[in-house]
Amino acid sequence: MQAPVDPILHVKQIMMTFGGLTALMDVGFNVPRGIIKAVIGPNGAGKTTLFNVITGYHRPTEGSVHFEGRQIQHLKTHRIARLGMSRTFQTVELFGNMTVLENVMVGRHHHLPGSLLSCGLKLPHVRRAEQHAREHAMAILEFIRLADKAFEPAHSLGLGEQKVLEIGRALATDPKMVCLDEPAGGLNETESGQLSELICAVKDRGITVLLVEHDMKVVMNISDEILVLNYGQKIAEGTPRQIQHHPKVVEAYLGGDADVA
Amino acid sequence: MLRIRQTPITVFALLIGVFPLIAGRIAVIENYPDVMIFVGIYCLITIGLSLLMGYAGQISLGHAAFYGLGAYVSSILTTRYGINAWLGMGAAMTVTALVAFAVGAPSLKLKGHYLAMATLAFGIIVYIIFNEETAWTGGPDGMGGIPGLSLFGFEFDSVNRYYYLVWSIMLAVFCFTVNIIQSPAGRALRALHTSEAACGAMGVDVARLKVIVFVYSAVLASLAGSLYAHYMNFVNPSSFDINFAIKLLIMIALGGMHDIRGAVIGTFLISFLSLEWLHVFEDYESIVYGAILLVVTVFLPNGIAGLPTMAGRWLKHKSRG
Ligand SMILES: Nc1ncnc2c1ncn2[C@@H]1O[C@H](COP(=O)(O)OP(=O)(O)OP(=O)(O)O)[C@@H](O)[C@H]1O
Ligand SMILES: [Mg+2]
Repeated sequence: MQAPVDPILHVKQIMMTFGGLTALMDVGFNVPRGIIKAVIGPNGAGKTTLFNVITGYHRPTEGSVHFEGRQIQHLKTHRIARLGMSRTFQTVELFGNMTVLENVMVGRHHHLPGSLLSCGLKLPHVRRAEQHAREHAMAILEFIRLADKAFEPAHSLGLGEQKVLEIGRALATDPKMVCLDEPAGGLNETESGQLSELICAVKDRGITVLLVEHDMKVVMNISDEILVLNYGQKIAEGTPRQIQHHPKVVEAYLGGDADVA
Repeated sequence: MLRIRQTPITVFALLIGVFPLIAGRIAVIENYPDVMIFVGIYCLITIGLSLLMGYAGQISLGHAAFYGLGAYVSSILTTRYGINAWLGMGAAMTVTALVAFAVGAPSLKLKGHYLAMATLAFGIIVYIIFNEETAWTGGPDGMGGIPGLSLFGFEFDSVNRYYYLVWSIMLAVFCFTVNIIQSPAGRALRALHTSEAACGAMGVDVARLKVIVFVYSAVLASLAGSLYAHYMNFVNPSSFDINFAIKLLIMIALGGMHDIRGAVIGTFLISFLSLEWLHVFEDYESIVYGAILLVVTVFLPNGIAGLPTMAGRWLKHKSRG
């Protein structure tokens, strides 16, 4: 694999330990701008931990993360989000008692005036911005095909719709890159097919996608590049074709639940 | 979230406006405008507390102390230094804001029970200071001679005048807070109640937002304390003890803390119970409060404000089965 020009994300020799447990060891890779890159690996391989490091939920024990040329591993989550990197969660983290529309509108938060004074006085510019955010959020709901559920509470959605809504909410922040943690987890075949289409549509919008996924059909169909983790270490990296036949990958998955071929 | 409509608020404001005129003509409720002054003052605290606890999900047992700070700073500045009462009130709110920031910034990093413990400890410390700093506060005997309020030569020296002053402030604060709830800031608050992690990924500065709301609610409590002191013309520590902190919790729990209107309803009920209707129980008063809290937590988790939804669900269930 040749070194990509201008990677949007550059992860350098990450080490992450929790007490005595080493969850990530010397993990380094690039994500070229505008592609879909998948991170796969058996359960407990460190995929979610890697996402948590990249998006600021964990501070790495060693190593650095560079987003658009800027070091971010010391920044807080919301700062990283404001730079243009949002994410979804493996265990759905929606705002359950809020409506579908409101969930997406929270994603507009840092594009809106938020001081208590201007909000409490309902100043004209707050009202205008709020109206604008509502329209923007509705457009996103059209895009993810949830517009007809806009005013339903998020907890009333099915799992498939909840996963899609999480993606929509992440898109509302105007990200340059999104990290999706097992978006197809728990979905049936039709749903995961639709999800693959949605992820490709996100890529077509020019948004880089980093994807953790166990569903190999989804991964092999839509990924441009794949990174394989096992026991916290990178064991392979390359195109779907290269990965499918990589001896170490086949070995790591032997006896595992996923079918690499 | 159900939208908070304007019409009921307007009707409520009108009722508040005519109440003293009516009460003055009916002997049994003649003294109710006086009770209502306390209701209005307590509402200022519970409105902020509802925003902090019900909407943002941050537990505080320290708001009796912020209320006390407002009362004492106002009282000390006006009686010992002869400072104008309104200036004293502003100074009290500033001092309280600073203290709330110093307390909130570290303790809001704690979750659930730990936050409750930290604010409880703060409340107890402040209460001890009120008792022990006799040179400033007069200690357990309290301090008197606190001047009343006046504006451009107009003295708020009768019950009705003070009633209208307190309730104008209360209604303004209520509308301001309702606007906050239905704004981007309010949405982010409700969101962080459910998932701080997701809020971070949405670009919400969770830590900052929590501190801001904590300070806002503390400043409201301080304002309430100053209004209390300038009405009573006397303060002593027992008004700001842990019992009062718990009474505040019962107010918002009974009304339904997830709804700011519930906080107001709960404040009405508990205030009237404790100031008027429960005297017959004398020493057993606190048993009644305990019973109320128990019944509410077991049967009415969303308080009185949650009753319509509960009734709706029940009717649906009935019509189906
Ligand atoms: N906050 C934490 N504290 C302690 N250990 C952790 C923490 N987060 C993750 N780990 C450990 O790090 C290892 C990697 O976990 P991680 O969740 O990243 O795996 P994963 O690849 O996402 O697995 P899965 O496919 O099951 O989601 C596991 O052994 C896990 O127990
Ligand atoms: Mg995981």
